[in-house]
Amino acid sequence: MIRVGITGVGVISAIGKTAPEFWDSVRQGQSGIRPIRSADCSSMRFRNGGEIPEYNPNEYFDERQVQFLDRFAQYAVIAAREAIKDSGVELTPEVRAETAVITGACVGGQSATEEGFYNLYKRGKSRVNPLTIPLTMANAGASHISMEFGLMGAGFTLSTACSSAAHAIGLAYWQVRSGGAPLAVTGGSEAPFTFGLLKAWEAMRVVSPTTCRPFCRDRDGMSLGEGAAMMVLEPLESARARGAKVYAEIVGFGMSSDASHITHPSADGPAVSMQRALRDAGVRPEQVNYINAHGTATEVNDPMEARAIRQAFGPHTDRIAVSSTKSMHGHALGAAAAMESAATVMGMYHGMLPPTANFTELDPACDLDVVANLARKAEAEYALSNSFAFGGLNATLAFRRV
Amino acid sequence: MQRPWQMTTKMNNELAERVRMVIAKHMRIPPENITNESTFADLGIDSLDGVNLLFDIEEEFDISIEDDAARSISSVAQMVDGIEKLLAAKSENPAPSASAS
Repeated sequence: MIRVGITGVGVISAIGKTAPEFWDSVRQGQSGIRPIRSADCSSMRFRNGGEIPEYNPNEYFDERQVQFLDRFAQYAVIAAREAIKDSGVELTPEVRAETAVITGACVGGQSATEEGFYNLYKRGKSRVNPLTIPLTMANAGASHISMEFGLMGAGFTLSTACSSAAHAIGLAYWQVRSGGAPLAVTGGSEAPFTFGLLKAWEAMRVVSPTTCRPFCRDRDGMSLGEGAAMMVLEPLESARARGAKVYAEIVGFGMSSDASHITHPSADGPAVSMQRALRDAGVRPEQVNYINAHGTATEVNDPMEARAIRQAFGPHTDRIAVSSTKSMHGHALGAAAAMESAATVMGMYHGMLPPTANFTELDPACDLDVVANLARKAEAEYALSNSFAFGGLNATLAFRRV
Repeated sequence: MQRPWQMTTKMNNELAERVRMVIAKHMRIPPENITNESTFADLGIDSLDGVNLLFDIEEEFDISIEDDAARSISSVAQMVDGIEKLLAAKSENPAPSASAS
C-alpha cells in the first residue's frame, strides 16, 4: 500500500478566502457566522449563517466563465486552484492523464435551479436558462476543476448530505493508496444560501436563531455555511522526494450506515465508523489525540456524538481533545468535511488543535474535553474527522502527523 | 420563566378535535386512538413526525409556532394549550392590513 500525504490545501469560506486566512481565523477561534446577505431572511426564524463576506465572482472568473458556473462550482474551482498551487506539484501531461478529481456536494447548483423555477412558476415565463442543467448538476464542481487543469483520471462527485466531502476524500485517499491515481484533487463545495433552500432548512426546525455553539448547554441549533475546501493528495514518498511541504498523512477511512432513521442519528453507526477508520489505519484507539467532531450544535447530535466517541474509545475518551469548527465556518453541508479536514491537518502541521468557537458552558450530556474558543498548542499524533449525514450515512477520516 | 405552553387552561373541545384529526391524518392512525392525555411517545411520534405535525398544525390554524416553544411540546394537551394561546394572541393583535402600511 502506498502512503498518502496531503500536500496542498485551498479554502474559501466565511472565515477566510484563502487557506492561510482560514487557518488564522480557526487558530483565534473567530466565528464567521453573521447576518446572511445573499438571501432575504426577513421572513425566517433565523438570520445568521457562515456566508463568505463580499464575495465577487468577477475577482476569480471572467464574465464568460461566470455564465457557466453556479456559485457552488465557482467555490470548488477557487479552492482547487489554491490547493494545486499550494502543493507545488508539476502537472506534467503524464500526471494530468491520471489525476483523479473527487468532490462532495449536497445540494449542487441551487441558485440556478431556483432562478429557473422562479421564472416559470412566479413570473410566468415559458422557458428557463438553457444552462440550468449544467449549472445545477452536483458534479459541475468536479467537471470544471478537471477542465481547468486538464485532469483526466477518475472524476466523480459524491452526494451524501453532510458526509459528502468525507466520502469523497476517503475514496480519493483509497485511489491514491491503491496506486489507482498518482495524484488526487479532492474536497467539497456548497452554496446553500438561496431563499427556497433556507426556507426548507427553517422548516426542519434545527437552525439556530443565534449562533452555532457545539457541545454547550445553551446551544440552540446549527448554522449553515457556504464555500469550499480542496486538498491535493499524493504518495508521501514522491512528495518528500520533490521536497514538498506535507500537512499530514491520511492513514484511514471508515464508513457505516445507521440503518435506523432518515434524520435522527444513532450512536452505534458513528461509533462503528470511527472504529473502521482506526482499523483501516491500523491504529489503536489509545493513539488518537484529537477528534474534529461532526458537532452540529443541534439538540440531538452533540450528546449522541459524545456517546459514540465513548463507545469507540472507552476510558481513553477523557484523553482526547474534541472540537467542532462548524462554530466558525458554519455547517457547509457537502463542503463541511473538507473544511473540517483542512482545519485538522493545518492544525497538525502547526502543532495546534482547532477550537470550538462561541463556547460558553459544557453540556454535561456532552462529556468531552472540548477545546474551547482558542486553539490549544499540542502535537496530535493521530486525529480523526467525523461526519454523520442525514440518512444515517457516517464517514470518518484518520490523519497522522508527519 | 413559564412558557405559554406550560400554563393550563380549560380544554377547548372543538380545537382539540381539530388537533386530533390533524395528528390522525399525518400518523395514519384512527382519531379515536388519540386522547388529550396522549403523549407523542404514546402515539409513536418521533422528532421528524413532530416537525411535520407542527407544519400541518400551522397550516390548519394559520399560526406560526416558534422553535423554542415547539421543542417543549410533547403531548396532545400541550399542543392544544399552545394553539389556544397563539390563537388568542392573534385575535388580540391581528396582522396589520395592507392598506394600513
